[in-house]
Amino acid sequence: MNVKTHAEAAAVFIADEARTDWHNETLWFVRQKRDKAAHGIPEWEHLREWASTIKNHTLSNLHQYLIEFEKNAQANGITVHWASTPEDHNRIVYEIIQKNAVQKIVKSKSMLTEECHLNDFLISKGVEIVDTDLGERIVQFRKEVPSHIVLPAIHLKKKDVSETFHEHLGTEQGNYDPQYLTEAARNHLRSKFVASELAITGVNFAIAETGGFVVCTNEGNADMGAHAAKIHIACMGFEKIIPKAEHLSVFLRLLARSATGQPITTYSSHFVRPREGQQMHLIIVDNGRSKQLGRPDFKNSLKCIRCAACFNTCPVYRRSGGHSYHTAVAGPIGSILNPNLDLKANSDLPFASTLCGSCSNVCPVKINIHEQLWKWRQIIASEHQVSMVKRIVMNGMSFLLAHPKLYRFAGMSGRWVMRVMPWMVNNQMNAWYKQREMPAPPKQSFRDWYQKNQNK
Amino acid sequence: MSARENILAAIRLNQPDFESLPVIDLNETIQYPDLVAQFSESLKGIGGLAIRINSMEKLKDIIVQEKASNDFVIDAIELVPENLKGLNAEALVTVKKAFIRGGIAVAENGSIWVKESQMGNRLLPFIAEHLAILISEKDIVANMHYALEKIDIAEEGFGVFLAGPSKTADIEQSLVIGAHGARSLVVYIQK
Repeated sequence: MNVKTHAEAAAVFIADEARTDWHNETLWFVRQKRDKAAHGIPEWEHLREWASTIKNHTLSNLHQYLIEFEKNAQANGITVHWASTPEDHNRIVYEIIQKNAVQKIVKSKSMLTEECHLNDFLISKGVEIVDTDLGERIVQFRKEVPSHIVLPAIHLKKKDVSETFHEHLGTEQGNYDPQYLTEAARNHLRSKFVASELAITGVNFAIAETGGFVVCTNEGNADMGAHAAKIHIACMGFEKIIPKAEHLSVFLRLLARSATGQPITTYSSHFVRPREGQQMHLIIVDNGRSKQLGRPDFKNSLKCIRCAACFNTCPVYRRSGGHSYHTAVAGPIGSILNPNLDLKANSDLPFASTLCGSCSNVCPVKINIHEQLWKWRQIIASEHQVSMVKRIVMNGMSFLLAHPKLYRFAGMSGRWVMRVMPWMVNNQMNAWYKQREMPAPPKQSFRDWYQKNQNK
Repeated sequence: MSARENILAAIRLNQPDFESLPVIDLNETIQYPDLVAQFSESLKGIGGLAIRINSMEKLKDIIVQEKASNDFVIDAIELVPENLKGLNAEALVTVKKAFIRGGIAVAENGSIWVKESQMGNRLLPFIAEHLAILISEKDIVANMHYALEKIDIAEEGFGVFLAGPSKTADIEQSLVIGAHGARSLVVYIQK
């Protein structure tokens, strides 16, 4: 399979300038809603600090908390499974499906099942699965994957959704009204919920103290599935653990405000015991997380609560779209998680950033995302995984910056060239000229200006 | 070794040095002079409606009126109907409106803790076309910290912080109320 690098895929995305602008502005609007919600809470920075410290504590005692969680969950009547790899995870799900001979399966949003490519696996086994989150259903109809972990269809416009629903649900051609389209999906999916035999959900928080787990949605699709079906399978990465119920308050206050600017998601459901006659399964997945835990520079990426605030604020994400990241979890957080899973396949991702640091500033659990991006770059460069061109340019730059006289000469020449022969830089050979005008060359360098003015 | 043992062994080997839990000082968290007003304001912001009632008679009248429409209306306010637990999704999908009781309510975000015994059936608050919840004024707390201090969330097999009607903005960020769950939520606040 030939996967485009982030830069190659982004070049395709930005070819449609109007759509790129719209994507950028839409996500910035979500970021602004986040700001408004955060500013409404005077103790916001305390909350972030508490959340960060709770997560640090949990990671430092994770072994114990997982054992405690498992024990309590089992006592509650939940069957706990462990999966080292995506293959293990998918096999466990498939075995439950086979053992119970069920066919009608609904799934609410779970980035973990995306990470494990559960849908593709089940299709290969002849099992159909219906994604029930509206955005996920839209992309599933279109045979795409989510482009954003909270807003899966954010890359699409109403016209696209209308066309997809016309084809799959028989809605009126040319009716772009979101209310009308959502109503059509509601009716379609309600029939799926009522008929469902097995429901798969993700997990937002698993509480060691109670052995229960919390699932957050706005649409109510996780609950519709889980309470209608006779079997519920919840899938979680092991970092979803929090120690006590009281800690839930900190995370529920942060999650939706950081994600969409809402004070809390519509439904924050705490599943403790299966209902009478129901089977409840929980699959705890590793898939590289234990390895990440052992990397001092990257371990705290496991604090992530998947709010996607870092996506919405990222100037690169907003202008390149989630699919450019070619991984289940895109955006800045994905760019520090995915190199751990496969450094070679994802060596482009830590470079999909300006290192502006905005991601770290909005992160509700204070992950130093931009510093980790920079650290991954160092590892990638030291393992010679950067392209020949980038290596030569970087070595050249580093030589230049280490030699002040040469640097001053190059600056002077550059300004002269831009002034006298602008066509030398204003051409398509120059990557910086694409989609933007070169700035007017200054008459003198800052150094010259400073020398002239410092004694004034 | 089993996957469980492998994973736990790897975690034990790799987990960082011990760090302590933070001390969460509730004095540093947001407070409101008027909890009922703030709860109502928060609920309005997320698409719900709060109505103060002075007596239960008022609510009883409303329920009687709803039932007169011949729609499938479930009233679990005074008593949870005995047959409710046994109803499956196919039966419940026809519920037009459900009236249930809620517990602790949270002023900062308009959410209400509803536990399984109050729902009568776990599916009911989600599948009903319209939902009404009765809460008591004295059960409103300022923020989530106080809520979780008062609630034993593992007391029953299931419970939910329910905040407003179901909603989505998955189509071009346009807010649509009534995704898969209730299309409307009215909260009656009893004095």
